[in-house]
Amino acid sequence: MKSRRNFIKRSSLATLGALIGSRIVFGNNLPKDYVPVILQDGDPYSMFKKHKEMVVLNNKPWNIETLPHLLDDKVTPNEKMFIRNNGLIPEDIDVNKWTLTIDGESVSKPKTYTLQELKTKFPQHTYQLTIECGGNGRKEFNPPAKGNQWEYGAVSCAEWTGVRLADVLRDVGIKGNAVYIGYYGADVHLTGNPEKVVISRGVPMSKAMEDETLIAFKMNGEEIPLAHGYPLRLVAGGWPASVSGKWLKRIAVRNIVHDGPKMESPSYRVPCKPVAPGDKVKDEDMCIIESMPVKSLITYPKTGAMIDKGKNLNIRGHAWAGDLEVSQMEYSIDFGATWKPCKLEKPANRLAWQHFSATVSFPEDGYYEVWARATDSAGNAQPMVLPNWNPKGYLNNACHRIAVKVK
Amino acid sequence: MIDPERQKILNQVHEHLKTATRLVFLLVAGVIALVYYMLNPSILDVEFKAEQPVVVAEVPLPEYENGIHLATGFKEGENLQLVINNCTSCHSAKMVTQNRATRDGWQTMIRWMQETQNLWELGESEPLILDYLAKYYAPEESGRRKPLTNIDWYELED
Repeated sequence: MKSRRNFIKRSSLATLGALIGSRIVFGNNLPKDYVPVILQDGDPYSMFKKHKEMVVLNNKPWNIETLPHLLDDKVTPNEKMFIRNNGLIPEDIDVNKWTLTIDGESVSKPKTYTLQELKTKFPQHTYQLTIECGGNGRKEFNPPAKGNQWEYGAVSCAEWTGVRLADVLRDVGIKGNAVYIGYYGADVHLTGNPEKVVISRGVPMSKAMEDETLIAFKMNGEEIPLAHGYPLRLVAGGWPASVSGKWLKRIAVRNIVHDGPKMESPSYRVPCKPVAPGDKVKDEDMCIIESMPVKSLITYPKTGAMIDKGKNLNIRGHAWAGDLEVSQMEYSIDFGATWKPCKLEKPANRLAWQHFSATVSFPEDGYYEVWARATDSAGNAQPMVLPNWNPKGYLNNACHRIAVKVK
Repeated sequence: MIDPERQKILNQVHEHLKTATRLVFLLVAGVIALVYYMLNPSILDVEFKAEQPVVVAEVPLPEYENGIHLATGFKEGENLQLVINNCTSCHSAKMVTQNRATRDGWQTMIRWMQETQNLWELGESEPLILDYLAKYYAPEESGRRKPLTNIDWYELED
């Protein structure tokens, strides 16, 4: 125990010392366009170029969420994309030396690619992909679940450009016994221990081989911002964002369900069978989350709008449904007694969120809530109350609502 | 390959190993304290207040405001210093303050951090830390869906 404690003392001191030193000594040698995160401290809005209304949930590690009305853009701009980290953002990124290695039990032979090789050897594809944190909406669960208390804004749909993971895996050569892929990134454990992997999750081969599963190097047409995985990120839309590994260094093709940190129970798992709120659930009774559930957000207007009596209210927002498509979108101003249809657009591509809009009229003045409800192509709709409670507070897809006053 | 001069010095160091270890420890502790103070300048205020008379001309920065410890955001309460010392070395205070749990729930989190995240044994501090957490960061009953609260009303111009 003592040696462990000493290690923590030593490593944090070394880290601090190195950081304070590097700030001055190596300041002029930083690669062009590289934004150092000095001490992983300071003003997150300037450091990560984030919109000033974003909400910092945690500063070590950095976790920042956006607000529903900030997500009004059809494609989420970089400055409004939520940040979710399990560890510390890597600081010593040299793109000229950056490589991606594909290995694991189920590759014929491990292979390593430079960034340049990835970009030139394989066709590039661009998709709008919905990425939502598995714990988005955790804040509402009762009894509360531990972790970052995301409210609504741990979701985004940016435009990602990269090469298909499937193309790369085919180039490497995959054995018939492949079951799962697991990523490894360059982030650093909170304790500073270089031996500890922060997070290493993944997806089954079927998801890995989908057209839209990318090894991405661009977000919204620019290099991926540092906080979002520069210079390389695995992006698998529609699944918990934790499978879209940032600062991607290695992908292991496994002959078992990947067993990296945060794959194990209870991380990113929910009870295989429904439980009562507050129940203790055994690790072996928790199942890995795959596709995210159907959900929607009203992004205009911002909650709290006051309008004059007799005026209509135009609302709009986005809806998404994990691997599926949203087939129906409705709103209610009477707490679900009646529902009216919204106009719903088709997705730009598979796994992109869909835009909806409606013109709402109110029968008389007073306090209203506008509730939105999406239904997916399999007939699953969003619940108005909280969905089934789970120990880690994942998958809250309860209807979003905004407050409106008519006077 | 070590030259005799160097060997001599090494022998001397060996003889004074205990003293040297103490000095290194003091140095390390000093640097940690200095860095910690730089990051949390208000931390030392209490200690100085307790041991030294406050100089009238200096107006000390308030350590708490509306029951909140300004440097960390923790709620003011007994055993807070223990919580700060043990709970903010790896992660920020926000990891604690945004969460709510029963005493059992907090203990489960501590065990998880000890088993998987290199948290040290808390020893006799543990019940005191749990007292603080269970008192100031207890769950609130929110039912199956809370009413909308804290609405920031504004005129919507179309």
